[in-house]
Amino acid sequence: MKIAVIGAGVMGLTAAHVCALRGAEVHLYERRPQIGRGCSWYAGGMLALWCEMESAEPLIGELGLESIAYWRMHFPHVVEKGSLVVAPPRDVSELKRFAHRTSHYEWIAREKMAELEPDLASRFETALYFGEEAHLDPRETLDLLRAKLVIDYGAIFHTDTLLSPENAEGDFVLDCRGYEARDVLPDLRGVKGEMLILRTTEVTLSRPVRLLHPRIPVYIVPRADHHFMVGATMIESGDRTRFSARSMVELLNAAYAVHPAFGEAEIVEMGTDVRPAFADNLPRIRRDGRILRLNGLYRHGYLGAPALARRAADIVFDGAVFPEVER
Amino acid sequence: MADTVAFYGVEVASRLMLGTAQYPSPAILTDAIKRSGSDILTVSLRRESTGGSGGHDFWSMIGRLGVRVLPNTAGCHSAKEAIVTAEMARDVFDTDWIKLEVIGHADTLQPDVFGLVDAARELVGQGFKVFPYTTDDLVVAEKLLAVGCEVLMPWGAPIGSGKGLNNRFGLKAMRAHFPGVPLVVDAGLGVPSHAADAMELGYDAVLLNTAVAKAGDPAGMAEAFALAVKAGRLAYLSGAMEARDMAVPSTPVFGQPFV
Repeated sequence: MKIAVIGAGVMGLTAAHVCALRGAEVHLYERRPQIGRGCSWYAGGMLALWCEMESAEPLIGELGLESIAYWRMHFPHVVEKGSLVVAPPRDVSELKRFAHRTSHYEWIAREKMAELEPDLASRFETALYFGEEAHLDPRETLDLLRAKLVIDYGAIFHTDTLLSPENAEGDFVLDCRGYEARDVLPDLRGVKGEMLILRTTEVTLSRPVRLLHPRIPVYIVPRADHHFMVGATMIESGDRTRFSARSMVELLNAAYAVHPAFGEAEIVEMGTDVRPAFADNLPRIRRDGRILRLNGLYRHGYLGAPALARRAADIVFDGAVFPEVER
Repeated sequence: MADTVAFYGVEVASRLMLGTAQYPSPAILTDAIKRSGSDILTVSLRRESTGGSGGHDFWSMIGRLGVRVLPNTAGCHSAKEAIVTAEMARDVFDTDWIKLEVIGHADTLQPDVFGLVDAARELVGQGFKVFPYTTDDLVVAEKLLAVGCEVLMPWGAPIGSGKGLNNRFGLKAMRAHFPGVPLVVDAGLGVPSHAADAMELGYDAVLLNTAVAKAGDPAGMAEAFALAVKAGRLAYLSGAMEARDMAVPSTPVFGQPFV
């Protein structure tokens, strides 16, 4: 079985991996010079299934469980430390609202907070601790996936190569181009996101922290070498170029509210890109002859891609049908 | 005769206006709007428009719903900013309606009533039909009418707070003071009974967003608000009884052995 994958973001790479696991000969085509430089690059990498259920549809829960199992099985660097949800004292009602909509958490007070995140203990009296959640570093993960594909499965990467799925050779073509696939998916829309990477040695976090606020919910994910990813805005827009001053103010304000030491942090990077989404914010597989279009992962790239990839492989190899995503 | 309400000469049947922000997805927003029966939606221009191609996917989706769009200047902190946003909204949505918000305080989102009157004067001069988001202050309301606003939208409580009608006395006074002006309670409603409360006071309509968008089932909550608005309106038209301190039996009990 020869499979061409167009687009080497988290969707394309996991699809290639799952197909390679089943013995396919895989070619990947990426229009950029390097793999994984689309919105997968700017993701938080939170495997925050239970938190996401606050506003996501049940399907995301189903896909998320399968995807988390995939990451745990294949990637030892998944960090199993859960995640924390906090709110400024006057917005504690937001925390209660969040708790009403979610499950798999415990309310924790200062002592437990001091144990989990000592730097935050004096700042938040209470928090929700989602102990079963995990996170990963998206950039490291994308590189590992690429290495795995090349070394273990002999997959061929064609970077700097703009290829239309219609022109790709192979028994099947997996179109994983994200927002670029609007030419064939007219109901796909863009949801712009902006993120920052900060560096400071003055604060240490072991797990992602979400700050609830009625207007600007923001999360901070610790990365290696004192780096912190702060994200992400959600704007109905297909523009992937401009990082607005307002977004910067909001993200930094939120980071500062979590810990004032972020006020002194170095801004290492400002990133912006566009999440591909359908109207219900749920991912889909659309069949078009030998082409399968895997798209619409919205803000659930790492939480949805492996499960969508597995379904695509089952379609390719077994002729399986998945009504929940084939819409 | 149908009990419609008119804003700037446009008659609408529904007295519930909905905002379009913060929904879990556009599909859920669409369901909520259908269940609410709303004829008027507010759309915030500010954030979506910050980049060239802007939020056209989202706007065209709103456009396809077939309801009237009331663009708003949410998040504007000065008269000038609000005016620029209104001009942009006129081009994007092809309407001269504008819900004018000039925020005076970033934390409480309280309107800056001075900037509001200035911006309203300028926009009316440019031919806009202005729906000003204001407080329940009668003097400010008079000034807004004086510069040409023909609708007033006083707050129930701070935006997104879900507190209901914070100052019923002030809102009642406003209704009594401006009997002929369409009045819409905008912001601060949390549950359907708050909307019914506003309608029972004689308000012409209510506008809300968070209470529906952030509900567990936004579409269900949208319908609940629609029913409450209808109930409150019908109650107002039907003339409520006066409350009193003592019990009054609804049937004479004297001499009836079995009561």
